[in-house]
Amino acid sequence: MSSALVNPGVLRAELRLLRREPGIIFWVLLFPTLLLAILGSIPSFRHSSHDLGDLRPIDAYVPIAVLIGLITSGVQGMPQSLTGYRERGILRRMSTTPVRPAALLTAQMLVYGGAALVSALLALTVGRLAFDVTLPRQPFGYAVALLLSVIVALALGAVISALSRTTKIAGAIGSAVFFPMMFCAGVWLPVQAMPHTLAEIVGYTPFGAAAQALDQAAAGHWPGWSHLGVLAAWAVLLTRVASRWFRWE
Amino acid sequence: MSVIEVSELRKSYGGRAVVDGVSFAVEEGEIFGILGPNGAGKTTTVECVEGLRVPDAGRVRVTGLDPIADHEKVARVLGAQLQESELQAKLTVREALELYASFYPSPADWRPLAERLGLAEKLTTRFAKLSGGQKQRLFIALALVGNPRVVVLDELTTGLDPRARRDTWQLIEDVRAGGVTVLLVTHFMEEAQRLCDRIAVIDGGRIAALDTPDGLIRRSAGSTVISFTPSAPLDEGDLNALPELASLAHKDGRITLSGTDATVNAVITLLARHHITAHQLRVTDATLDDAFLDLTEAAS
Repeated sequence: MSSALVNPGVLRAELRLLRREPGIIFWVLLFPTLLLAILGSIPSFRHSSHDLGDLRPIDAYVPIAVLIGLITSGVQGMPQSLTGYRERGILRRMSTTPVRPAALLTAQMLVYGGAALVSALLALTVGRLAFDVTLPRQPFGYAVALLLSVIVALALGAVISALSRTTKIAGAIGSAVFFPMMFCAGVWLPVQAMPHTLAEIVGYTPFGAAAQALDQAAAGHWPGWSHLGVLAAWAVLLTRVASRWFRWE
Repeated sequence: MSVIEVSELRKSYGGRAVVDGVSFAVEEGEIFGILGPNGAGKTTTVECVEGLRVPDAGRVRVTGLDPIADHEKVARVLGAQLQESELQAKLTVREALELYASFYPSPADWRPLAERLGLAEKLTTRFAKLSGGQKQRLFIALALVGNPRVVVLDELTTGLDPRARRDTWQLIEDVRAGGVTVLLVTHFMEEAQRLCDRIAVIDGGRIAALDTPDGLIRRSAGSTVISFTPSAPLDEGDLNALPELASLAHKDGRITLSGTDATVNAVITLLARHHITAHQLRVTDATLDDAFLDLTEAAS
C-alpha cells in the first residue's frame, strides 16, 4: 500500500512463481554445479596444470560455474520473464493499483539475483565437499566481486528487456548475448589459460572482468581495482541504458 | 462534488486526435456508461481517468484528485478492469486475490467476492488454465477487491456467457447500491440500457450525445418502429409523406418504418383510407441499439 520500490507481497509472489519454473530451477540453480561435477569426475581435471598457474582445472572451474548461473539468470531468465510481463499487460494492470509496476521490476531482479547467488553457493559448496576446492581465501573481496557481477548481469538483462518488444525477441537477443558472455567468463577456456592479448581484451568485458576478480579473490588476493572498476563501469552504463529505454507498456 | 470530472480532454497519437474535447461528470453512486463504435476513443478516455495515460490537454479529476500527479491516492480509491491485460501465468486465483487485496489500505474480504463471481471452485487454478470467462470474472474481482469508491470497467461482460453476464450485472448493481460510483465502457446496448443511469455516446473522439438511456432513445429520430405486410401495394409517395418519418424499408413485401406516435397514427389512417389490411402489424419501441446507430451515423 505504498509506492516503495520493494513490495513484500509482490516479492513473495514472484519468489513463489520462480519456484514453479522448472527451466530456471535446472539451468540456473542445478546445471552449473552439475557441469562442475561432470568435469570434476574427469581425472585430468583434478591434477594441477601449468597453463592455469599450477591450479587444477577444477579449481578454475568453480568461479566459472558461479558465472554460468549468474549469466543464465540475468541474460536468459529475467529478460524473458520481464518482457512477458510487459507484453501481456501485467505491468499495466499493476499500474492501476497503489503499487507501481516498478515493484514488479525490483521483485524480478531480487528473485533472479537471489537465484544466481544460491547457484553460486551451491557450486562453492559442492566444489569444496566433492573436489576439495578451497573456499575463497579472500571472502570479502569475493563477495564484493560476486555482488557487482550479479548487478551487471541483471542490468544487462534489463537492457535486453528494454530493447525487446516481445518475449521472442528477448529470447533471441538473450541467446545472442549469452554465448559471447559465456566465452568471456571462460567456459570454454578459463581466462587464466587464454593468450595474454585475448585475456587483456576479455578483461574489459563484464564477465571477463568478473572471472578475473573472482579468481584473484579465490586465490586470496583483494580483486584488482581495475577489474572491479570495469564491473562498476558496466553496471553504471547498463543501468543508464536500461532506465533510458525501458518502457512499462 | 462530482466523483469523476473530465473536461475538454484531448489526446492524440501520431498527430491523429483520438479524444478530441470530451467533457462529462459522474456523480457519486451513479452508473455512467460510455458507448461508441470501435476506435471512438472510449478506452483512451477511461485510461486517462485511471491515470494510465497523460492527457495532451484538458482536466481530469477523480474524487477531486489528478490521476497523474496524485496517482497513488487515486489508485487507492479506484478499481480498474482493463480491456486487455493478463496476470502471471502460474499465479493461482487465490494468490492473485490475496496479492491485490494486500495493495489496498482497507480491502474487501476476497472470499465472498470470489464466491459471488463463481470462482470459489477455482481458487487453486493457475491463471493460464482459466477459461476466458473465468479470467474476466477474476479481473472483475480484482477491480473490486480494494473496496474502491470508483470502479472503471472496460468491456465488463465481454467473453461471459448469458448467465454469467446477468449475474455480473446484478453484482454491479449491488456494488452501486453500496454507494460506489461506476464508469462503464461497453459495446452491449442491453447492458447499457439495464445498468446505466446516464450514457455518453462517443464517436470520433467527441461526445455525440449524453443522456439517460430512455432520453437517448426518445431524442433519436425514429423512436417507434412499425412493421407490417400490406394486403395490397401501398403508394410510395403516400408512405414518404408520413409525418415525422425517420426511415422506410421494404423487404419481401414487408414494410418497416420508424418515426413517432404521429407516424403510427398516420399509417393506420392511411391503411384504413385505402381499405388495406396490415398483416402481422407490429409496433415496437426502438431500442438503444437503434438510437445508438442513429446517433453515431448522424455524427459521422
